[in-house]
Amino acid sequence: MIGSSIIPAPLARLPWRMLSLVIAIASFGLVVLYSAADGNLRPWALSQGLRLVVFLCGAIVLSRVPEEVWQRGALPGYAVIVVLLFLVELLGAVRGGSQRWLDLGFIRLQPSELMKPAIVLACARFYDMLPPNETRRFGAIWPAALLIGLPAGLVMLQPDLGTGLMITGGGIVIMFLAGVPLRLFVGGALALAVAAPLAVNFLLHEYQRNRVLIFMDPESDPLGTGYHISQSKIAIGSGGITGKGFLNGTQSHLDYLPEGHTDFVFATMAEEWGLLGGLFIIVAYLMVVRWGVNVGTRARTRFGKLTAAGLATTIFFYIAINLAMVMGLAPVVGIPLPLVSFGGSAQMTVFLCLGILMSIDRSSRGEQNW
Amino acid sequence: MSRTPRIATEAQQGYTFSRRAWLLGAAQIGVGAVLAGRMAWLSVAQNEHYNLLSESNRVNMTLVPPRRGWLVDRHGQPIADNRTDFRVDLIPDRIVDEERTLAALRQLLALTDEDLLRIRADLKRAAGFQPVKVAENVGWERFAAVQVRQPELPGVAPTRGFARNYPAGAAVAHLTGYVGSANAEQYRKTKDPLLLTPGFKLGKDGLEKTLEPELRGQPGARRIEVTARGKLVAELATRPDVPGKTQKLTIDAGLQEYAARRLGTNSGSAVVFDCLTGEMLCMVSMPAYDPNSFSDGISHLEWKMLSADDHVPLMNKVTQGLYPPGSTVKPMNGLALLEAGVDPNERVFCGGALRVGTGLFHCHKRRGHGAIDLRGAIAQSCDIYFYEMVRRLGYDKVAPVARAVGLGEKYDLPFSTQRYGTVPDSAWKQRKYNTRWTVADSLNASIGQGYVLANPMQLAVMAMRIASGRMIKPSLLMNQVHGDAPPLPFSAEHLQVVREGMWKVVNGGGTGGASRLFIPGVELAAKTGTAQVRRITMAERRSGVLGNAQLPFKLRDHALFVCFAPADKPRYAAAIVLEHNGHTIRNLDTPMIGRDIMTYLFDKERALKALADVEPTWGGDIRTRMAAQEAAYRAAATAPPPPQAAATETDAPAPTSAPAVERATDASNASQEATVSDIANGAGPASIGTTEPSDMQ
Repeated sequence: MIGSSIIPAPLARLPWRMLSLVIAIASFGLVVLYSAADGNLRPWALSQGLRLVVFLCGAIVLSRVPEEVWQRGALPGYAVIVVLLFLVELLGAVRGGSQRWLDLGFIRLQPSELMKPAIVLACARFYDMLPPNETRRFGAIWPAALLIGLPAGLVMLQPDLGTGLMITGGGIVIMFLAGVPLRLFVGGALALAVAAPLAVNFLLHEYQRNRVLIFMDPESDPLGTGYHISQSKIAIGSGGITGKGFLNGTQSHLDYLPEGHTDFVFATMAEEWGLLGGLFIIVAYLMVVRWGVNVGTRARTRFGKLTAAGLATTIFFYIAINLAMVMGLAPVVGIPLPLVSFGGSAQMTVFLCLGILMSIDRSSRGEQNW
Repeated sequence: MSRTPRIATEAQQGYTFSRRAWLLGAAQIGVGAVLAGRMAWLSVAQNEHYNLLSESNRVNMTLVPPRRGWLVDRHGQPIADNRTDFRVDLIPDRIVDEERTLAALRQLLALTDEDLLRIRADLKRAAGFQPVKVAENVGWERFAAVQVRQPELPGVAPTRGFARNYPAGAAVAHLTGYVGSANAEQYRKTKDPLLLTPGFKLGKDGLEKTLEPELRGQPGARRIEVTARGKLVAELATRPDVPGKTQKLTIDAGLQEYAARRLGTNSGSAVVFDCLTGEMLCMVSMPAYDPNSFSDGISHLEWKMLSADDHVPLMNKVTQGLYPPGSTVKPMNGLALLEAGVDPNERVFCGGALRVGTGLFHCHKRRGHGAIDLRGAIAQSCDIYFYEMVRRLGYDKVAPVARAVGLGEKYDLPFSTQRYGTVPDSAWKQRKYNTRWTVADSLNASIGQGYVLANPMQLAVMAMRIASGRMIKPSLLMNQVHGDAPPLPFSAEHLQVVREGMWKVVNGGGTGGASRLFIPGVELAAKTGTAQVRRITMAERRSGVLGNAQLPFKLRDHALFVCFAPADKPRYAAAIVLEHNGHTIRNLDTPMIGRDIMTYLFDKERALKALADVEPTWGGDIRTRMAAQEAAYRAAATAPPPPQAAATETDAPAPTSAPAVERATDASNASQEATVSDIANGAGPASIGTTEPSDMQ
């Protein structure tokens, strides 16, 4: 980055192209939240905006952390989060019902959310430590499978199918990038195709199974779980190319669209901004993800390469799963659209990912840390 | 993993990473393209479809139930009209918190425990879309209170509409029928959303049912913008309803109500016709249900009470009740005899009994009437005269005349439940029982017993046709009065003889002296009748036949009466049938009821005064008596009603097709079968003769 003399060099060297995309997406999200609250800053847009500033600053601070810190902290961090997941599970068992967060007094910590980047770091670290000639052996597979399976299993027990799948996906991407033989993935995909219907029938909770079945045929239950998907598709479909106009969405303003400010915020946006708004979000996000993958290809260390591409893919998973869900291509699994959906957890995870990505980016340029 | 690893160096590893990262990036772009494509498909290709859905979400078309056409009497007086009604319903599908909603409604509408029980029971059974009635006929203040709180009580639907109102109550129940909410099956058949609209009622029985297409009208519509919770955002447009057409009946509302009241505590029916046109002036079946409370939705308890009543209030006795007509057919028999060549002045000696074959057939007058001619036989209701004459000629000569005057005929009237009885003859018996017609059959038929069955409407038509000498068809709708009727295919002279006989019944020392009119210049012609409904054993006959007053209600004789007036220039004809009346109480017996109903047509004041004198002795007017009966029934069912008893009877069959009516019909069929088997044994009603009111001889 070429900085001008007025702007301090550290600031000028930040990856501003990526950051401006992120800020553009997040600002657009604030506009949508403003509309979702019937033209009010409260209760969503204002607090979301404040959080955005805090997290953005946090990410910039993280970008100054040397890559080695992430490398060394990856496995201990992973272990701590697994313990937290166990704690959540225990608390849930004690209090009855499912629980996803720990109340630390000042913050409600959702360990499963932290696990999304943590699994990437842990797997990357594992393949980083693995001697290159071991990559195609069995010893390259089972520890990673264990690393992934443990937290994913715990999260699915909560039960949180969406997050569990994202953790699994994050880990598998690292395995793929690390050079685990391709036929494993092909075979795995085939096995999944066979096992999925069985899993749906025997492993999933009643409500999860319903969601999957209703995803197959949303009209079968227009007032139950299928209601979400039907109404979301109506909102997106009725938006047309240019949308109904800012503050003019009827689906969201008349409460037909459930969760219009959280998981289904994309539908709220699409109704008012149409296909153009949707394409903007998709393209902008793809560019952010692309930047992340490029950080990976540019990275000098194996850990940096794997981590950067993995974290970029984690961000990608958020978007892909959420959009597929709101457009009726996937079951309703409760994955928000980061930076746009109201809520701090996903926002925090994405900025954490971006912070680490920027840190790796800096390291690959050989820039000075603190 | 036993194979030798192919890659081992860091350089190769880096190469693999670059290749796979590129693949990953490509896959991401691919997925992105799929998502963008999907979005374009939804928002561009299917935009129209989803726009429509979005609009149908946003814009709620609520149907406004059409105002139902009135039923008015011949003078335009309403028999069934509409009153403004504020009502509150619950839509089960939309209720979020049932307990909270019910608690709020209870407080707002001052609901009783029984109401709540009913609502809960109804909610449990209702299909989700079907509105459940909370309260009808709500006062404006309470209604407004519910309306204000509607947004926080999803599922509560306050509506302002119209409710059916029958000013005369039970007096018109079997004429008009009643209205009620559509049941699930009716909705499945038509899929008409109007049927689900709260407050919409359709005809369930009687004229309300048969005239439904004319009475319904076209629903109005209100297009409103609503939120998902049903909160109104803006009113977009309103289309007014088209009320149903008013139907003018030939009924005289005043006479209808008078006749209903005059029947008193009887289980009976009365029909009056205009002899000139065939217009039905009244058609009463009592006791009856209150169509007002039926239209509001009747409780299980009330339904049970009505079903259990031995006076069969659910049955429309005018068209559904079939009775042996008894001696009321004697004028018609007389006409048949004359047409067959009998000289009206020929006398038959009545010694009190007639031996035919091995059987001994009695007259109701044990001492006998002595030598008696046709007019006298009608006036005195002499059984022996008709036994002898019909024995000579055979009943096959009588049956065609019976059919010509209207017996066994189904009339073109807007009633779905008409039963038309039997006019038997030898061919009919051969067909039905595959046995020969016997002399005993003829004798029993000659006094209107045995196989002969008719409903009160037919008896009134018979009286009307004999009085007018024309084949008049009855009508009930003003716009469907049948035109000029052809004369009966009988000699006018013969008809006159029969009419004279009927005149003598009332005015010539006959059996109906109690029905003489006190109106100058107007004389009544009539015929009394009694139908035996029980078997009388040989033992009872030996020890003396029990009087009706000694018998339980169900075993008492039916009392029947046909008449017309003025006798010399017939204008009105009527029939009155009282089930199990037994001629026990004079002012509740047919002759005096007939007299008063006919008096009403000529001198309203006098008729009303006569009623005012006797009505208090029966326990007050219809409403008072019904209220007392219900209170007694409720008190008898001491335990608080179980939920299903409080529930609204939604699947109740129309009253006239209720099981109670079936049972009553079965019972009368059984007694009919019993007398028929007696006839086969040479006994039967004819063997003891008709039982005529003893105090009138």
